[in-house]
Amino acid sequence: MSYSELIKNINTIREYMRDFYVFGFKSREQFDSKSLRSYDDERRRVESWLGDYMQFRQTAEGKNVFISIDSRKVNKNPLYRAWKTKSFTDGDITLHFIIMDILESSEEPLTLKSITQNIDRYLSVFEPPRLFDESTVRKKLNEYISEGIIEKKKIGKTIYYSKPECTECYDPSVISFFSEISPCGVIGSFLLDRDENKKSEDNCNPFLFKHHYITSSLDSEIVYMLLQAMQEKRYVDIQSFNRNKKRTRSLHVVPLKLYISVQSGRQYLMAYHPKGKKMISFRTDNIVKVVTAEEAEDFHALRVTLDNMKNHIWGVSTRSVSGQRMEHVEFTLYYNDSEKHILQRLEREKRCGSVERIDANTCRFSADVYDAGELIPWIRTFICRITDIYFSDYEKEKLFKDDLEEMYRIYRIEEKGGEPK
Amino acid sequence: MIFNEIYSAYYNAVAAIIKKAIINPVGRSELHQIVQENAFGESVPSIEQSIYGEKWQLIKKDGTTPIENIPDMPLTLIQKRWLKAVSLDKRMKLFVDEPLDFGDVEPLFTSDDIEIFDKYSDGDNYTDEQYIHNFRLILDAIRNKYPLNIRTRTRSGAEINLVILPKYLEYSEKDDKFRLIGSGSSSAATINLSRIVSCMPCSSIDRKSFSNRVSARQRQVVFQLSDERNALDRVLMSFAHFRKEAEQLDDRHYQVTVFYDKDDETELLIRILSFGPMIKVIAPVYFKNLIKERLKRQKNCGL
Repeated sequence: MSYSELIKNINTIREYMRDFYVFGFKSREQFDSKSLRSYDDERRRVESWLGDYMQFRQTAEGKNVFISIDSRKVNKNPLYRAWKTKSFTDGDITLHFIIMDILESSEEPLTLKSITQNIDRYLSVFEPPRLFDESTVRKKLNEYISEGIIEKKKIGKTIYYSKPECTECYDPSVISFFSEISPCGVIGSFLLDRDENKKSEDNCNPFLFKHHYITSSLDSEIVYMLLQAMQEKRYVDIQSFNRNKKRTRSLHVVPLKLYISVQSGRQYLMAYHPKGKKMISFRTDNIVKVVTAEEAEDFHALRVTLDNMKNHIWGVSTRSVSGQRMEHVEFTLYYNDSEKHILQRLEREKRCGSVERIDANTCRFSADVYDAGELIPWIRTFICRITDIYFSDYEKEKLFKDDLEEMYRIYRIEEKGGEPK
Repeated sequence: MIFNEIYSAYYNAVAAIIKKAIINPVGRSELHQIVQENAFGESVPSIEQSIYGEKWQLIKKDGTTPIENIPDMPLTLIQKRWLKAVSLDKRMKLFVDEPLDFGDVEPLFTSDDIEIFDKYSDGDNYTDEQYIHNFRLILDAIRNKYPLNIRTRTRSGAEINLVILPKYLEYSEKDDKFRLIGSGSSSAATINLSRIVSCMPCSSIDRKSFSNRVSARQRQVVFQLSDERNALDRVLMSFAHFRKEAEQLDDRHYQVTVFYDKDDETELLIRILSFGPMIKVIAPVYFKNLIKERLKRQKNCGL
């Protein structure tokens, strides 16, 4: 099949784009999951869509392609472009514009026969004109009814089709904002594309975004399916890919909540796995397929259970590798008189933990969580002022202290120095 | 399905071509321009061939069209559901007093479906009337490019007056805060909206008297990354929002360069520390010294 910049399925390109954007160091030969031909085609597509953000680096292993975006400097997520590349047939696009025009022109709802005759009239100006039979037109009308852009009503035995009334929409700046910060924001981007004065809107987009993770937009279809299943309170069959083990697993679960991290760029599905009788989390970028299944009668009760567990979940982990049901962690910080903001930092970042002020320059954080290991990266951000630390799981405490020793070694911190306590 | 051709760049480009053709016959150069504005790098030959080859029977060879009305697709069900969901967002109050009504469609999601688990808890108060007033005025000043007279609190709590030409409102999901990015008389200015006591239009000042700079100076840090405990994925995902370059050194080691704003140096420093021994800063020397200084102080704490 000849190359086209449009694609049928977004899943293949999703992985390439993630690699080009997040990692960006792989050479052509390192993309080993597909053929080199396939890599060449996908790279060419991404270059076509995101040409202004694509960069290249020549290394001994070959040419590396990567997407370079400072998301603080762009006010529209460039990765949304991938969602506007769905392939279609010549008939699809011809019917789309003609049917929508026929319904726009007509003051009355029209029958299938009348629409088909009108299509012939539109096409009669071409030589030779394309012909669409009634069943093809009916199929397209039904497709558009399910998308909500055509309405139907039945009078007697006859079905009449019409275009819905125009719906008022928000100002483009409102859509611009929410399209960057809301789940499935790409839908907002579609709305902005509708705007007739697109160019002037581009020029006056008033928002920028800091700490803005744009990769999760590649999971929009998966997230959409999961949100829809949650709204309908249904089970889902999930196929998830484990990158480290390079293995796909399939699980039948009740999707309960989307857990979003605004500090790591990851999104998770929290779900109940009835077979394992436990809550589990899936990274949405690892989910390759979602199929909606039967109704989950215990949806509400399971969500309440998850909400109750929230007081002991630091990130997304609901189990400990230590075997303890709950793990305790606490650490003490010393800060001098000019560093009082540390207490404020602890208060705003403590999540399910608690902060106790010991004296004017010392405070203690403590938490009881399912997996204290999830706190370790955060605790390390207080390096230079941790005077004491305790984990109920000795292995975690050892890991923390060993890592600290390793950092002293890496940076050759041998002598005691710096500010006296 | 979200991935649907009705939202595609090609459909948008063709809608724009038809819009033009309804008014006047469309020439090839106009078509090229429309496609370049609405679609992608390689779209021009593909769309041109399909239109003028009459594979898509929408534009005749003479550039006219049988379509009578400017294409305007109604809101799809997915769009309405998303709009209904964002209408329920607490931040919508910043823009409108009453959210729009999208009929009897179900919202795609509600706050019950989503948990942002690592957002800071001292975010802005979006229900405060003064805050909403300030937000809307700043938004208007950005759109209409006029300066504002702003009374704001400093970190120490003192109140000061500033005249700022606002350029952007910057939002951080992590901080859950808006900042005004603009230019003052001599330099760039960034003000937390929650610290603004009052603001009002300031029409008496010439716009030329404002600095052109709106962003802080760029710096870069280079570090080596050891891919242990899934560090490669965690680190590169975490720093994904920065402009960066990564290079593989051997099976387990990578060199990463991250470009950042000078104002964010402390934040970057502690984020690098959070990855522990998996990251070793190698340049610049002063950044390496910042890490060493913190580690020395830590060693003095007795751990």
